[in-house]
Amino acid sequence: MNCTEFLAKLTDYFDGQIDPALLTEVKEHLGTCHHCEVVVDTTRKTIDVYRGAQTYELPEELSNRLRAAVMERCRISGKLPDIAVKTGK
Amino acid sequence: MEVQSSPIVDQPLELLAETVAAEPQAEIHPDVALVERAKAGDTAAFEQLVRQYDRQIFRTAQHITQNREDAEDITQDVFFKAFQKLDQFQGNSKFSTWLVRIAVNESLMRLRKRKTSKTVSMDQDVETAEGSIPRDFAEWRPNPEQNYSQSELAEILRKTIAGLPPGFRTVFTLRDIENLSTEETAEALGLSVPAVKSRLLRARLQLRERLSRYFRQNKEASK
Repeated sequence: MNCTEFLAKLTDYFDGQIDPALLTEVKEHLGTCHHCEVVVDTTRKTIDVYRGAQTYELPEELSNRLRAAVMERCRISGKLPDIAVKTGK
Repeated sequence: MEVQSSPIVDQPLELLAETVAAEPQAEIHPDVALVERAKAGDTAAFEQLVRQYDRQIFRTAQHITQNREDAEDITQDVFFKAFQKLDQFQGNSKFSTWLVRIAVNESLMRLRKRKTSKTVSMDQDVETAEGSIPRDFAEWRPNPEQNYSQSELAEILRKTIAGLPPGFRTVFTLRDIENLSTEETAEALGLSVPAVKSRLLRARLQLRERLSRYFRQNKEASK
């Protein structure tokens, strides 16, 4: 397996969707190619750092406000019973 | 070259429920019962669905639009549209996937409105070769989390993902940040599984390449 062939299997490798025979080839390649080893390591860190960063979290107060606004629009549209909308406060 | 608008952007909401691929017979998801109660006029059931998914929809919208106010508006619009079209949700896919699909549509339409001179779609710029071939082989040591404060890191991540074409940014967001499966991502975006895999690979490699500039610079500067 060369680097181009390895790269083509990278998504399946990360997702654990690679058949055992191919996985052996991938691991053999990683054992001999430092560049591909670095690509795997830094790509995994790329995914991990985004997943762990919680870049765009929705604050509780804003969540409450948006939910209240949604429920109010739904009520005005006439499909929901005309009751007081909870704000979560 | 004029970029064709994506089918998903132009697709009427009315068709969404029908076009989301059916999953194999499986256990009924708890959301289905909530949706049934909401269809019957149960306010609390619909509010529970909003509560469960507002964060995911907000994050998805903000990642795609890169704009907080847009994300707030989109979050409202997604749930209101879902409420209006609840009858069309048949339970063949996850309710959350259905919501995400609406959110992607709304987000791309918002981007398109903002960039009036340019069509924005899932297909825009995906043919670019930039970042598809790794060029930077520097190691990241120590890990980015150890080298930067939380706010510095967040800023780098925001700037970096903002530079990706919307088609790549959206696939990466759904698959790697929101943790949808490849199949769910394909459903939500109206793409084939191979297309999702291809875009995901390129999105990951482009982000890696761009982040490496920051993280290797920092490593060299700290010597």
